[in-house]
Amino acid sequence: MMDFLTQLGKTTRAAFNKLGRATFFLIHTLFGIGDVIIRPRLLINQIYSVGVLTFLIITISGLFVGMVLGLQGYNILSDFGSEEALGVMVAASLVRELGPVVSGLLFAGRAGSALTAEIGLMKATEQLSGMEMMAIDPIKRIMTPRFLAGFISMPLLAALFSSVGILGGHLVGVGLLGVDDGSYWSQMQANLDFQDDIINGVIKSIVFGFVATWIAIFEGYDAIPTSEGVSRATTRTVVNSAFSILGLDFILTALMFGDQ
Amino acid sequence: MDEDDSIISTSLVSVRNLSFRRGNRVIFDNLSLDIQRGKITAIMGPSGTGKTTLLKLIGGQLCPDQGTVTVDGIDVHKLKRKDLFELRKRMGMLFQSGALLTDINVYDNVAFPIREHSHLTEPMIRTLVLMKLQAVGLRGAAKLMPSELSGGMARRVALARAIALDPMMIMYDEPFTGQDPISMGALIHLIKSLNTTLGLTSIIVSHDVQETSLISDYIYVISDGKVAVQGTPAEIEASDSPWVQQFMKGEPDGPVHFHYPASDYVKDLFYSPEKPLKRPSKPRGPSFFGKKSSPSPKTAESKKSSRSRYHSQD
Repeated sequence: MMDFLTQLGKTTRAAFNKLGRATFFLIHTLFGIGDVIIRPRLLINQIYSVGVLTFLIITISGLFVGMVLGLQGYNILSDFGSEEALGVMVAASLVRELGPVVSGLLFAGRAGSALTAEIGLMKATEQLSGMEMMAIDPIKRIMTPRFLAGFISMPLLAALFSSVGILGGHLVGVGLLGVDDGSYWSQMQANLDFQDDIINGVIKSIVFGFVATWIAIFEGYDAIPTSEGVSRATTRTVVNSAFSILGLDFILTALMFGDQ
Repeated sequence: MDEDDSIISTSLVSVRNLSFRRGNRVIFDNLSLDIQRGKITAIMGPSGTGKTTLLKLIGGQLCPDQGTVTVDGIDVHKLKRKDLFELRKRMGMLFQSGALLTDINVYDNVAFPIREHSHLTEPMIRTLVLMKLQAVGLRGAAKLMPSELSGGMARRVALARAIALDPMMIMYDEPFTGQDPISMGALIHLIKSLNTTLGLTSIIVSHDVQETSLISDYIYVISDGKVAVQGTPAEIEASDSPWVQQFMKGEPDGPVHFHYPASDYVKDLFYSPEKPLKRPSKPRGPSFFGKKSSPSPKTAESKKSSRSRYHSQD
């Protein structure tokens, strides 16, 4: 029993210790924003590797998720004779929940793991130490542009995911199953609220982008500089990002839609 | 002015009463040494003695538990981050791995610190970079990526980058490790010639005794967290310390034993300390050693002692 309590205490202490380091790291990273504004090229390069290279997986996933939603939604709604509501069902599911959450998970898996591995390997090959010895702050020079790139890219990717998903739902619902085209769009337009649905979805995607990118760059920076250490850090990025996104999604959903 | 003061005034780096530990392991215990201006000073010692750690302490990447490190009269560990970075602009460091940025080519690697710290125009940066690359003999490799370079070439590029900001000193971390004879010869020549022509102060951390002795003006040999011996290469060579002789000549056995302390070899082979021999339930005839196998009290005692020895080594 004492061993268990000791171990529990150690684990809790280590977790808070890491959270503290991650917070200081984040503050340091945010202090570098000024430097990135002066040199936008650094940010543009990172938006390409973090955002643009994630474009394909987000688009294809969004299309399939939308198609599945169209199919499942049609099967349920047709039982009640409400096939016309397919558009609003697909759009609300995507914009409110699936868009930010699934694109967040995909973002963590594709861009987050790549960021952690890149930064971890830079640490293992002494590139970060080398920068420090050249009087260049690696956090401001390497971490800040990557953090901002993730923060900016994620809401755009979530919007892309939702848009393509709605088109996927249209493809199946209207194209294959015969739902009326006008009803699909007009129901969506009439029943989706800009503030409640779209803005809340965007807020979620911004929060998920912030957290997933923060976890990715911190895990890379904090990785043990060996191949095993980088491997573990990459795994932690994906797992911790997934937990954080899903946990935060519940909290945000409760705050946004809990009183409706 | 006494002798100690005169040493301090001519030394660029001065380490005084330095103590540093990692966890419970003592790396340096009250270490003091001086690096003379304009000279090549070697810091040697067996693997794991903290030579690279010493360079990181001099560069301010690590903080000592006790003692001071002054570079050009400035206490490195009392500086604010901004001032430390200003000091580092005057310190070059060549990492063991080269530490080149792998996503940009040789030219951009050498231009990297210049672009970060100056507002020079691209044509001026180009001139400077080509001069630095010419100095290390790799102007023709400017467009190559780091992955296309050999180990020796990567270190020469890293050297060109280290001198890009015209520093007052360069710290070399194991510059000769894993080099073929031609690359090693090129590096030895470069370190010596750059030190002379650019008026640098060089600190070489290495355990390549012969190569380092060739170009060093002064050598510190570190062991167990302290300076074991110091002097010119000739003085070190003439040292009557058996340990120094073993280290300098690379003898496999001596004061530093070839074998890590261990229990008796034969006992270790035939008696597992984790699974002591059990008395067989029925006699099965003569054992391998000619008598029935049963652990004697003496064997059990020796097992206990060997275990406690393992434990103390941990």
